[in-house]
Amino acid sequence: MKLKGTQILFEILKQEKVDTIFGYPGGAVLDIYDELYKTDIRHVLVRHEQGAVHAADGYARASGKVGVCLVTSGPGATNTVTGVATANMDSIPLVVFTGQVATHLIGNDAFQECDITGITRPCTKHNFLVRNIDDLTETIRKAFWIARSGRPGPVLVDLPKNVMASETEFNTEPPKRRKMDVAYEPTPETYDEILEMIRQAKRPVLMIGGGIVLGGASTELTAFARKLQIPVTGTLMGLGAFPGTDPLWLGMVGMHGTYYANMSVTNTDLLIIIGARCDDRVTSKLDCFACGAKIIHVDVDESSIEKNVAVDLALVSDAKRALGHLNKMIEERHYSINPAERSDWLNQIQDWKQQEPLRYEQTDKVIKPQYVIEKLYELTKGEAIITTEVGQNQMWTAQFYHFDRPHAFISSGGLGTMGYGLPAAIGAQCALPDKLVVDIAGDGSIQMNIQEMATAVQQNLPVKVVLLNNGFLGMVRQWQELFYEKRYSQTDMTHQPDFVKLAEAYGWVGLRTDSAAEVESMLKQAIATPRPVLIDFHVDREEGVYPMVRPGAGINEMTLCPWRKCD
Amino acid sequence: MERKEHIISLLVKNEPDVLARIAGALGGKGYNIESLCVNATADYRVSKIILTTRGNAATLNRIEKLLNKLIDVIQVDVVNLDRFVQKELTLAKIKISDEFRAKLAVDIDSYKWKVVWLDGDYLIVEVTADKDEMDKILSHLSELGMVEYTRTGTIVIER
Repeated sequence: MKLKGTQILFEILKQEKVDTIFGYPGGAVLDIYDELYKTDIRHVLVRHEQGAVHAADGYARASGKVGVCLVTSGPGATNTVTGVATANMDSIPLVVFTGQVATHLIGNDAFQECDITGITRPCTKHNFLVRNIDDLTETIRKAFWIARSGRPGPVLVDLPKNVMASETEFNTEPPKRRKMDVAYEPTPETYDEILEMIRQAKRPVLMIGGGIVLGGASTELTAFARKLQIPVTGTLMGLGAFPGTDPLWLGMVGMHGTYYANMSVTNTDLLIIIGARCDDRVTSKLDCFACGAKIIHVDVDESSIEKNVAVDLALVSDAKRALGHLNKMIEERHYSINPAERSDWLNQIQDWKQQEPLRYEQTDKVIKPQYVIEKLYELTKGEAIITTEVGQNQMWTAQFYHFDRPHAFISSGGLGTMGYGLPAAIGAQCALPDKLVVDIAGDGSIQMNIQEMATAVQQNLPVKVVLLNNGFLGMVRQWQELFYEKRYSQTDMTHQPDFVKLAEAYGWVGLRTDSAAEVESMLKQAIATPRPVLIDFHVDREEGVYPMVRPGAGINEMTLCPWRKCD
Repeated sequence: MERKEHIISLLVKNEPDVLARIAGALGGKGYNIESLCVNATADYRVSKIILTTRGNAATLNRIEKLLNKLIDVIQVDVVNLDRFVQKELTLAKIKISDEFRAKLAVDIDSYKWKVVWLDGDYLIVEVTADKDEMDKILSHLSELGMVEYTRTGTIVIER
C-alpha cells in the first residue's frame, strides 16, 4: 500500500498505541497537522514548545508509557531543548518529532531552519534526521524502541517537509516485537555473591533511584527489602519506589536528605545501590560516602556504574530482573534473616529517627511551607499525583509528602528545570484523568511556564497549583544566606503578578491566603473543585530547607537548622 | 596519576553524523582524541575508527562504556599491542640542502624510505613506522631540513 510520509507517521503512532501527543504547529509541519486533523489521536495544544516536552515527560512518568511531542522546525525545535535535556537527565522515554525544512534547503539557512539533530546530540539518547521517505517507517519504529529499551531516554526525529509529503510503500503489518537486547547475562555466582555479602553484613542499606520506578521493580524491591529486613533510602528520583510509610523507609538521602538516611549510609557496612547513578547531590564528598562499606551497584546502564562511586560488586541488569531473580533464590533456598541479627542496626536507625526527625515549627502566625505540604498529604491520604517545580518547593515535597507508590512523584531531578511542574502536571493529568494532580510550585518557577495555564483550561484538566509564594528564588536565597553573608543578589521576586487575578484571567479558580488557619480549608476547597485551581499561599519568606549538607562536606556533616550542626 | 596512551578500535555504522557523535561523547566529558583514523570497511555500511586517547585506567574504562552506549557503535575494542600490529604513515617534505644532501641519500637508502616526489629543491618521502619509531624519525628528519609533514595517526590490526 502506498502512503504519504504523514500517513505513515500516524499509522505507526497507532501501532505504538499512542493516543495522546503534545505539540504546537508551524510551517514545516503543516502537512503533518493536516493529517492529524483526520485522525482521532488526542493532540494537546500547548502554549510554548518547552511546555509540550515537559507535558509529554509528565505523561510518560505518570503512565509508564512513551511520551510523544510534535513541533515545527527552527524555533519550535530549539524550544524543545530544555525539555529534552530534562528527560535525558532523568531517563524518561520520549519521542520528539520536529519539523524540518525540505531536504534540498537543509544547510542553506532557510527560513526556520536549524540543525536540531546537531543541537540535541548531547542531550538525547539518540536522534535521527530522516532524509529519505524509504527510511521513515524503520526510523520511527526504532525511535520508539530506543526510547523505551535499556535505560530509557528521549529520542528526537527530525522530519523534513518534503519527505513527509512524499509517498512510499508501507507495510501495514507491524513488525514482530524486537527482543530486548540483554547485553549481559549475570552469572549465578554473581547472585550467590550478593546474597553472601548480605548474609555477612551487619548494617546493610538499600539505596534506590529512578531505575526502580522506570524498571517497574517496586514490588520486587519491596518484597526483597522486607524479606531481608534491609532499610531503604532513595534518591529524589527513587521516591515512591518503596512505600514512604514503611518502617524500613529512611526518607531521601543526600544534600537535603533526612538525618537518619544520611547517617545510615555513612555507617552502613553494605550499601546496595539499585538504579541510581550517584550524582553529587546524593554523595556529596565522595571520600566520606559509605566509606567503610562494601558496595554493590545494580544498574541497567553500565556507564552509571563506577562513574562516581567505586564498587565491590557490579551487576549490569535492569532492576526488575535482578531483584526478581534474587527473590526467587531467597524463596528457593528458604533464605531468611533472623530478626535478632538486624535488631541492633534497626534500633540504631530508630534512635536516629527519634533524635532528629524532619521538623519545622508552625506558629499561629505566618504559614510554613512544610505545613502546607503536610496538610496536602493528610487531605489526599498520600494518593495524589504530585509534580514539583525546582528548588525549595521540590525539596520540601520530597521531605514531607510520603509517597507510597511509584509514578506518583514527578519532578525534574537531574537537570533541575524550573518551569517543569505545571506542564508536567498537565501531562500527568492527561494520562490519569481520574486522579488528583497537584503541582507544588514556587513563585519563581511557576512564572517560567505559566502560559500553560491556558492549555489546562482548553483541555478541561482540573490540575491544581499549590503555590508556596515567598517572594524569593528561595533555594538560591538560602545559599546566599548561608554562604554569601545574606547578600540576596537578584533573588528577591516580590515584584510579581497578582496570581489570583492571573489565574482568573486564564479561566482558573484563584485563591489566596497568608493565614495558617485557612490552609486546610483552602486545600479542601481546591480538591473539591472540578476545575483547575491555583492557591497562592503566602508563606514564611525566609524559611530554609533542612537538613542541608554543605557542598563539599560529607553527607553525615549536616546542618540541621540554621543554628545547629551535626557533631 | 598515570596518563597512558590508549588505542581504541571501533566498528561503527557508516552514516553522516556518527563521527560527530563519537567526538561529542568524548569531548563533552572532557576526553581528548589525540589521533583518529576513519575508513569504510569491506562492508560499506560499516566503518572502522582507530582513535587514541590518554588517561588512567578509570578514564579508559569510562570511555569504553560511553562508546558502547552509542546506538551507532557496533563494537568497541581496547587495543592490546601484544595482540595487534600497529603502524602509521607519514609524508615528509624536506628541503634539499648541500649540507645534508649526502646524509639524506644514505638515510633514505638504509631506512628504505620511499621517495614519492622529487625536484631540485625539495623531496617528499613516505615513511612507515610504529608510533615511537615515527617520533624518532621525525625529529631526525627535522634536523635534516624537513619543513612539513602529514601523519596518518595510528592504525592497527589484530594479528
